[in-house]
Amino acid sequence: MSNEMHTTNINFMGQRHIALALSIVLIIASFAGLWLKGLNFGIDFTGGTLIELSYPQPVDLPKLRTDLSEAGFGSAIAQHFGSAEDVLIRIAPREGLNSAQLSNQVMDSLKAVSEDDITLRRVEFVGPQVGDELTEDGALAVLYALFGVLIYVALRFEWRFSVGSVTALIHDVILTVGVFAWTGMQFDLTVLAAILAVIGYSLNDTIVVFDRVRENFRVMRDGSPVQVTNIAVNQMLSRTIMTSLTTLLVLLALFFLGGEVIHGFAAALIVGVVVGTYSSTYVASAVALMLGVSKEDLMSAPKEEKDSEAAELELQRLFHEHEARLEAKAATKGKRLDDEDAEGIPR
Amino acid sequence: MFESKQNIITNVYPAWKYLLLVVITVIGLTYAMPNLFGDDPAVQVSPAKSVEFTAETQSKVANTLQAAGLPVKSSVFEAGHFLIRFENTEDQLKAKSVLKDLLGRQAVVALNLAPATPHFLRNLGASPMYLGLDLRGGVHFLMDVDMETAVSKAYARYVDEIKGTLREEKVRYLTVDVEGEAKNKALAVKFKDLPTMQAGLAVLNASYSDRFKFKTVEETASPQVLLSLSPKTIAETQKYALQQNINTLRNRVNELGVAEPVIQQQGDRRIVVELPGVQDTARAKEILGATATLEFRLVEEKGDPYRAEKTGYAPNGSIIYHFRDGKPILLKRHTIVSGENVVNASSGIDSQQGSSMVNVTLDGAGGRKMLATTKENVGNRMAVVFIENRVETIEENGVKVKNRITNKDVINAAVIRGQFADRFQITGLDSPQEAQDLALLLRAGALAAPMEIVEERTVGPSLGQDNINQGFMSVIVGFVLVLILMAWRYKMFGMVANVALTLNLIIIIAVLSMLQATLTLPGIAGIVLTVGMAVDANVLIFERIREEMRTSPIQSAIHAGYEKAFVTIADANITTLLAAIVLFSFGTGPIKGFAITLSIGIITSMFTAILGTRAVINLMYGNKRIQKLSI
Repeated sequence: MSNEMHTTNINFMGQRHIALALSIVLIIASFAGLWLKGLNFGIDFTGGTLIELSYPQPVDLPKLRTDLSEAGFGSAIAQHFGSAEDVLIRIAPREGLNSAQLSNQVMDSLKAVSEDDITLRRVEFVGPQVGDELTEDGALAVLYALFGVLIYVALRFEWRFSVGSVTALIHDVILTVGVFAWTGMQFDLTVLAAILAVIGYSLNDTIVVFDRVRENFRVMRDGSPVQVTNIAVNQMLSRTIMTSLTTLLVLLALFFLGGEVIHGFAAALIVGVVVGTYSSTYVASAVALMLGVSKEDLMSAPKEEKDSEAAELELQRLFHEHEARLEAKAATKGKRLDDEDAEGIPR
Repeated sequence: MFESKQNIITNVYPAWKYLLLVVITVIGLTYAMPNLFGDDPAVQVSPAKSVEFTAETQSKVANTLQAAGLPVKSSVFEAGHFLIRFENTEDQLKAKSVLKDLLGRQAVVALNLAPATPHFLRNLGASPMYLGLDLRGGVHFLMDVDMETAVSKAYARYVDEIKGTLREEKVRYLTVDVEGEAKNKALAVKFKDLPTMQAGLAVLNASYSDRFKFKTVEETASPQVLLSLSPKTIAETQKYALQQNINTLRNRVNELGVAEPVIQQQGDRRIVVELPGVQDTARAKEILGATATLEFRLVEEKGDPYRAEKTGYAPNGSIIYHFRDGKPILLKRHTIVSGENVVNASSGIDSQQGSSMVNVTLDGAGGRKMLATTKENVGNRMAVVFIENRVETIEENGVKVKNRITNKDVINAAVIRGQFADRFQITGLDSPQEAQDLALLLRAGALAAPMEIVEERTVGPSLGQDNINQGFMSVIVGFVLVLILMAWRYKMFGMVANVALTLNLIIIIAVLSMLQATLTLPGIAGIVLTVGMAVDANVLIFERIREEMRTSPIQSAIHAGYEKAFVTIADANITTLLAAIVLFSFGTGPIKGFAITLSIGIITSMFTAILGTRAVINLMYGNKRIQKLSI
């Protein structure tokens, strides 16, 4: 058979302590980023006014800034947005100022000093109160999502897996946010949505691995939890790579072609997919192992509540199936059996 | 056990599954198709309030357009308004100004983009997706209604009323004042001694126990009764205030001439206003931020309003006003009472005549003026004038000029049947709806709670078009990359998965079109992400088949691959769906769009990736002796 047909045999779980150290370092780095640099919150959260303008030719930012401060908008932040012709102006919320009228005033004062034909591309104004509410709602949404996952996985699998997957998700969220802190990319509502999507994606990945771990625990007669998990991760490796690759491909398309507005969203998802793929192996499974997940836990906690008789029947069925499979294997491909031995699948 | 199973596995699907697939594909294609046809520039003409279009209007409109030399692509009259399509935007803009001149204030003339869906598709109810503001350009406002003021106004309204009640019952009070802030707000009624206070409490209890909670303070020099509004009354007041503001906003947005405005309640104190296609936000804000008031005036019966309108001269002591439908009327210069004297207005049914009516309550000062006027004018008519003030900035020769614009409309004129003071009815209204509208207008002019713009999102037309182009570009590029990767990795099976992925994209678009969901840029991102993740199901299945092929014959490997991967796929997708639901329930507009497309994508991908690919694979390999799979 072709080379592709081999199951890889990388000792993922053997390196889990190194991975753990790496994760801890990265998490500390993320917190350090949050502490030292903080997040560059968008006006969705801080409140304020954002104006995107388009000029027919490249804009001289220093001059624009002087124009703005002469017009009384000294606190305004002006920067290029996507291209040299486009500028983004951010103005922090001010007490006592009718912010809803602010965009018009800025537009007027810039038009007054410029010969160019300025086009207004976008105006966003968020009141400080709304900003606070969004921050609160956003934090709540992430918490609700994590809590929902905790319950679902505990019901569907086992509490150790549940803790493992939630740890992985928290890990992903912290690292993604950490990247945003260090790079200073703007953290707005779409980035928050992306982080929630990352939770969904990373979870998807984790569940797929867990599903195989559970199946292996049932099918394999012996082998330590570490070995069983390792085999599951190896079995799912090509799938994990393929799915991450397809997802990353479309995300890169979004990042490079989707336009400036969707940039942060795509960036958050790209970071999230990479981190999520790593964490479903090294964090979720490793934590479940560390908590001492064992064959018995999964055997006695099938999907639905079954009485012991049914569980016994199920076990017997699985046993027969496995037996039959081994027979078939021995009958058809004697050579392959040796291969499998070499790969260390315990029987 | 295993051996016998193997003989049964032939991987043949029953005919009904193929039929189901074909039916769904056809439906998907049909409903996704309208999105290919783009839009026609159009002008939408809707009647102003209390105006109805007739066949005469229709021919007038047609003739005017012909006279102006504007070729009409098609003109439809449905649901009470005209939709006139043009070949190009130039004609569209000209037609708008021509029609505006023709119909004046009788109609709202708005620019619109009408989907150019062919007839046979429209007959099936198929229409394209609705583009969100970030794609078509427009304005989104979030208005916050000042509920604290609404409640304070409610307290202030009762001051005079309570004074009156106590006077009627001959209980002497010292003062009636609104005291305290925010939640501790209360009406304090002070008395000179305890016995008077007790008597006062009894009187107040009898009349106001349904609306107020009572507390007494007896230790002070002048004992007092504190009345605080019950939570139920406060909730009602706030609901009223919100409803009233929504109504006011509706009327004002009509003036802006927007084709498909959205005015919606959000939460218990916010209103969302979405105006697609509006670019001049300054003007939109001015119109939405107008203040309204009311005036009650006597009708001047001596002159002929039509003649006065022709000549432009009103008889002495009178002014020409107009009803909303444009009919002129002469009113006396002297104002009887104005909006600030109106305490409340509510609609009801006149028990004597059975017709609809509006109950109006004035404050003490207003009541006295009203009594003095009505005493001498029984049998004459009294009109209610609704006045809207706003500031409009107009550019004249490059200089910005702020103009105060005042709209005065007569909303009602009725005969005074007898003398009255602070409580009276306006009867003889045509319908309960008219009574409700009038009551709302009276309240809007009198006691609307102020509102404030707390969020604004404006997207210019150039950005909107860029967003559409970039969005579609990224979908196409991402999609093609995935197709290539799948074909490379899984050969024939990958090609089958690609067919399923294409079908998935078509079904997502069809479902979004059927739901008439709003497509936003994050929504497009959701579609892109779904495309990337939808192949996961096929990847899981194909990897499993490869694995099974090592231990089982080909037919059973295919079978087992699908069977065993299914549990994993279901588990994984349910968890993602869970995250999408959380997103939807917490999110605002654009995030909701993302959550919707993601959820739809997850569900449709389960169908196409499992049932769809299996059907094709079965067709290709089922019930055959195969030595090698192209996977």
